[in-house]
Amino acid sequence: MKVGTTLSFTLLASLLLALLALPLVTILFKQLAFDFQGFLSTMRDGATLRAVGLSCFAASISVLIALVLGTPLAYLLARKEFRGKKIIEGFVNLPAAVPHVVAGIALLTVFGRGGWIGRSISPILTVENSMLGIVIAMLFVSTPFLVNSAVDGFKSVDPRLERVARSLGATEWAVFRRISFPLAFPHIFSGAVMSWARAISEFAAVVMLVGFFPMIAPGMIWYKFYTAGLQASMGVATLLLIISLSVFVLLKYTGVRMFAEH
Amino acid sequence: MSKEWGGFSLRKINLEVQGGEYFVILGPTGAGKTLLLEIVAGFHRPDEGKIIVGGEDVTDLPPERRRIGFVYQEYFLFPHLKVRENVEFGLRMRGEDEKKIRRRSLRIMRALGIDHLKARYPAALSGGEKQRVALARALVLEPRLLLLDEPLSALDPITRENLRNELKSVHRRFGTTFIHVTHDREEALLLADRIGVMNKGRIVEIGEPEKIFRKPRSEFVANFVGFENVFRGTSVAKGGIAEVDLGNGVRIEAVGEKSGGVKACIRPEEIFLSKRPLESSGRNVLRGWISEISDRGATVRLKVRAGKEFAVIVTKRSFEDLKLRTGSKVYLTFKASAVHLI
Repeated sequence: MKVGTTLSFTLLASLLLALLALPLVTILFKQLAFDFQGFLSTMRDGATLRAVGLSCFAASISVLIALVLGTPLAYLLARKEFRGKKIIEGFVNLPAAVPHVVAGIALLTVFGRGGWIGRSISPILTVENSMLGIVIAMLFVSTPFLVNSAVDGFKSVDPRLERVARSLGATEWAVFRRISFPLAFPHIFSGAVMSWARAISEFAAVVMLVGFFPMIAPGMIWYKFYTAGLQASMGVATLLLIISLSVFVLLKYTGVRMFAEH
Repeated sequence: MSKEWGGFSLRKINLEVQGGEYFVILGPTGAGKTLLLEIVAGFHRPDEGKIIVGGEDVTDLPPERRRIGFVYQEYFLFPHLKVRENVEFGLRMRGEDEKKIRRRSLRIMRALGIDHLKARYPAALSGGEKQRVALARALVLEPRLLLLDEPLSALDPITRENLRNELKSVHRRFGTTFIHVTHDREEALLLADRIGVMNKGRIVEIGEPEKIFRKPRSEFVANFVGFENVFRGTSVAKGGIAEVDLGNGVRIEAVGEKSGGVKACIRPEEIFLSKRPLESSGRNVLRGWISEISDRGATVRLKVRAGKEFAVIVTKRSFEDLKLRTGSKVYLTFKASAVHLI
């Protein structure tokens, strides 16, 4: 690449990076440098901590469910050819493409009190004002990240590795467990981290399906913003940002290091 | 057996390999060699026909129950497992006890000279080491049959030669039946007890290397095993010598009894090239001129127009000593026994 091209690419890339980084850096800087006391009082606020904790917990549960259900789906999409595969791939990607308010409405029509699943489970379970609803909404919006990454992971494993394993006496399940899954795991792990990050940030779909309570972190930010203004909401936003960023960086880099030696 | 696969078809393959034999399937890229091996291994099911191993019909058995080893060109060692774990993989899949696993894996690694590599990951191995590990991983299970898909193609020439010798020695030591596919005729000639030549999804000829390389039965096989000069002609045979009219005023003599329409095949290295007519036992002497020169390092390949266009190979030294150029007038001399008639 010529110097002129590199320079223009760097300039264009810097513009985008500035757009991405400036708001995040500003909120951190404003809160931690100019209103650290406010941040500390947010950290001591029980309702805020409960909301952030609930977000983290529900996001983790939704990622675990996505892992258990999404990994086999990803394997089938990566390895098998079947009728309707393109349609299924479309469905997998749809939650990432539709506005999340639409996702919320769609979920309500199925899991809401009047929805066909919601109605049948209503004697025992309800999605409204419940942890179950939060997890379902998070799962819905975050699954594409995990499944797509896992599909890439399984596709990166040469099928001939699996064939060799079969010739060495491994059953299909043993090949999956001992060869395909471990080799695709860095992709799956990366997808799970992205999926977790997406789940914890979800607001619209959760509020549409569950309502404001139990309150998740983005709900708390929204509530504080509308009832007490920008300054009041910034503490929760900063806390959520720090937690998300730390988990994201920690998992990404420990994950990379875990697999790098091979 | 026959098989249609992704627009390609294997047609009426009928092949019998003897126990303990080193059988080489030789053919150009795209002949269907790998697909044939993968069907034998059980990775694909034939559309019709059967695969029988040691008298047992294995057509419906999954690969893991066939006891057939497979070594691909790229070896496909499991990259997340160390060498020892790769070698032990099959034994673990069989549910052998830990002591037996350790004993057998160590024995095979010693036999193939890779025991010092046991703690390494495949990424840290050379091409030759990878091949030894792949062989050890397959042979530790004592398979009834070992399938080798172009196992030497990914190697540099020196390593390839070393490992070619090693493959032969491993075959002798372990006595396992080998089916090895390759497009390299030298490899086939040096390794095979018998060769099957494959083209466009068919096995076109089977025989001992000497027979395939000296007396091929078809033009395709003749070309593939190095008879670069194949000419159609009309032969009249008498007393063990055939006189062949190749057209354009070119008449040559061949050893044989074939009369009528024939194909005369001559290897380029069997043709002697000189600037003056030679006093020799060669019954065929043709006069012509050089139309094309291709330098191949130690040798030079020439095209000579002598009524027909002949391919001739000379050493680089001869080429320089004779001061050959495009357009140089030359004589081609070859024995009647160097002409194979199909």
